[in-house]
Amino acid sequence: MANGESEVGSDPAGGFVQLLTPDGERVDSVTTADGVTYSVDFTDDEYRGLYRDLVTVRRLDAEATALQRQGELGIWASLLGQEAAQVGSGRALRKQDMAFPTYREHGVLYTRGIDPIMPFGLFRGVDQGGWDPNEFKFNTYTIVIGSQTLHATGYAMGITMDGKVGNADGEAVIAYFGDGATSQGDVNEAFVWSGVFHAPIVFFCQNNQYAISEPLERQTRIPLYRRSLGYGFPGVRIDGNDVLASYAVTRAALDQARNGQGPTLIEAYTYRMGAHTSSDDPTRYRIASEVESWKAKDPIARMKAFLTKQQVADDTFFTEVDETAKALALDLRERVLAMPDPQPVTLFDNVYPHGSPEVDAQRATFERYQASFEGSAH
Amino acid sequence: MAETITLGKALNHGLRRSLENDAKVIIMGEDVGKLGGVFRITDGLQKDFGEDRVIDTPLAESGIIGTAIGLAIRGYRPVCEIQFDGFVFPAFNQIVAQVAKMFYRSLGNVRLPIVIRIPYGGGIGAVEHHSESPEALFAHIPGLKVVTCANPADAYTMIRQSIASDDPIVFFEPKRRYWEKGEVDLEADLAQAYPLHAARVTRAGTDVTVLAYGPMVRTALEAAAAAADDGRSLEVIDLRTLSPLDMPTVYESVRKTGRAVVVHEAPGNLGLGAELAARISEECFYSLEAPVLRVTGFDVPYPAARVEEEYLPDLDRVLDAVDRSFGW
Repeated sequence: MANGESEVGSDPAGGFVQLLTPDGERVDSVTTADGVTYSVDFTDDEYRGLYRDLVTVRRLDAEATALQRQGELGIWASLLGQEAAQVGSGRALRKQDMAFPTYREHGVLYTRGIDPIMPFGLFRGVDQGGWDPNEFKFNTYTIVIGSQTLHATGYAMGITMDGKVGNADGEAVIAYFGDGATSQGDVNEAFVWSGVFHAPIVFFCQNNQYAISEPLERQTRIPLYRRSLGYGFPGVRIDGNDVLASYAVTRAALDQARNGQGPTLIEAYTYRMGAHTSSDDPTRYRIASEVESWKAKDPIARMKAFLTKQQVADDTFFTEVDETAKALALDLRERVLAMPDPQPVTLFDNVYPHGSPEVDAQRATFERYQASFEGSAH
Repeated sequence: MAETITLGKALNHGLRRSLENDAKVIIMGEDVGKLGGVFRITDGLQKDFGEDRVIDTPLAESGIIGTAIGLAIRGYRPVCEIQFDGFVFPAFNQIVAQVAKMFYRSLGNVRLPIVIRIPYGGGIGAVEHHSESPEALFAHIPGLKVVTCANPADAYTMIRQSIASDDPIVFFEPKRRYWEKGEVDLEADLAQAYPLHAARVTRAGTDVTVLAYGPMVRTALEAAAAAADDGRSLEVIDLRTLSPLDMPTVYESVRKTGRAVVVHEAPGNLGLGAELAARISEECFYSLEAPVLRVTGFDVPYPAARVEEEYLPDLDRVLDAVDRSFGW
């Protein structure tokens, strides 16, 4: 990199870990400049399973986008284009590992075996997205950009304090965030703390090239994965549209973390094919040819090409996967439409674990006020 | 075993007891370990409980609170020290957007039993950012509870109650009273203690109710003693809990005296005094002989040390307000 010259852009100069090319060619293994070799050793069933995951999460995402357009969701943050980054890293998690998502990690959520309807309360506006992180090993969606990286770091410190690192059965944490978040103080503090405390954590940055409208150049002058060096742990860039690279590198990084070898930053180089959310209009800030160039790198198409070439799957399989995904999507739609609106008085619930006399008094006043309309024309 | 100790030492004892009683309690903050904190509130704790339980953190307040959240999700009970009032703002986002809302957001699934200790208030001749009273900013936030102690006995009890509570609590410590001594029963049973979220009538009186908290309780008591010489009987209430407020105790007193004066160091505009005045007028309107009056810091940034005594409410300003209340 010439002095002062930006190295960011649509093609990652300096390369990335890629185990499956956009044409569906398998790369046996990749050895990075750090001397680390990455590869995968999947059975045919496992390859087919990853393909099924990719298709399913895209289909569910499309259903959610449709529901939003039909007025059934207040907003939706689509993962379109980022399926490989999410499915690969999500499947790399072991059962005991904990994930801290943003609001776009529907694909990771799916790979954790969680009912995909779970985040729809948030997007439909019937709740704030509540579930038990410890039950699902998947934290609640975090909307403030970057905040969850510190929560993940603290959780990882707790793993160390619990003595749950240092062997293959150890626990590890994965923190998801985007390219925009790397400018946040909290993310940089999370890097500092994780480095200092040697926390068992993997920072998984989906660089989808845009923070709403702002391109990567507005966040950084060096490739994001190289940021980690300043904090004292390794960084790896992967082809974020390659589910195999996403799996291989995340699995290796998580295993390092659980073995007591500290944090890793993974930059998954990908592209947000859709809008930031359903409220966004990307035509105002990016050109169609750019989107077209990324279509050629589609994560699902390359996996399908690979399975076809390897004769691991045929049209019967592909059709069945599509049909099954569609059925899941329609079931999801039915259940989303059946979600009941919360009773108004429940807005007073769960403010404090031990309650509050002031909130209780306001609830009682509210109930009396509501009751005063009963039997009237209101 | 009652001992006469300083407020700071009482907090130290309270933290020690909490660390002893619950292995999940941890202390984190800047300089809390080897140094024992810049005010020595955590003195000796790292030596006795280890670096994993009394953690010297990087200098990043948002990091302190943000990682405490993750540790709490993991099952720990972090007690975070913010070194000075004016340094809490880098953590404000994590406190307001995350700590306060996690229980609500998660439909009651995630409890964050975090205590955020903040030495606050002026009167120590410090430079900028070391003398502020930001308690109203936190009391305004649903999901947080806010308490403050005014004497060593309460310091010892309230810090332990706060750590034992599953509610997130911002614990304001009156830094200029750290060195004031009082009798503390170190063996007192926490289960029998005065409730955390309750005000206390510290001095009974009949003519006017003076509402104070933290560093201003002593000022109010001094004013009450002086007023007594003039034949006026001031009832002093130490609010202790700022969110939720213990209004029944306040109402009972004001209905009796018919007059109320609120005292705090923080600027008056939209401070605790404004809320107290509004609530008293809503509930005690027909009992009031005069409007609720406020004695507060001015609506200016905390001033330079050489003029802080003019900024801070003192005995004379409290008595002046009492006079005005009677002149109505």
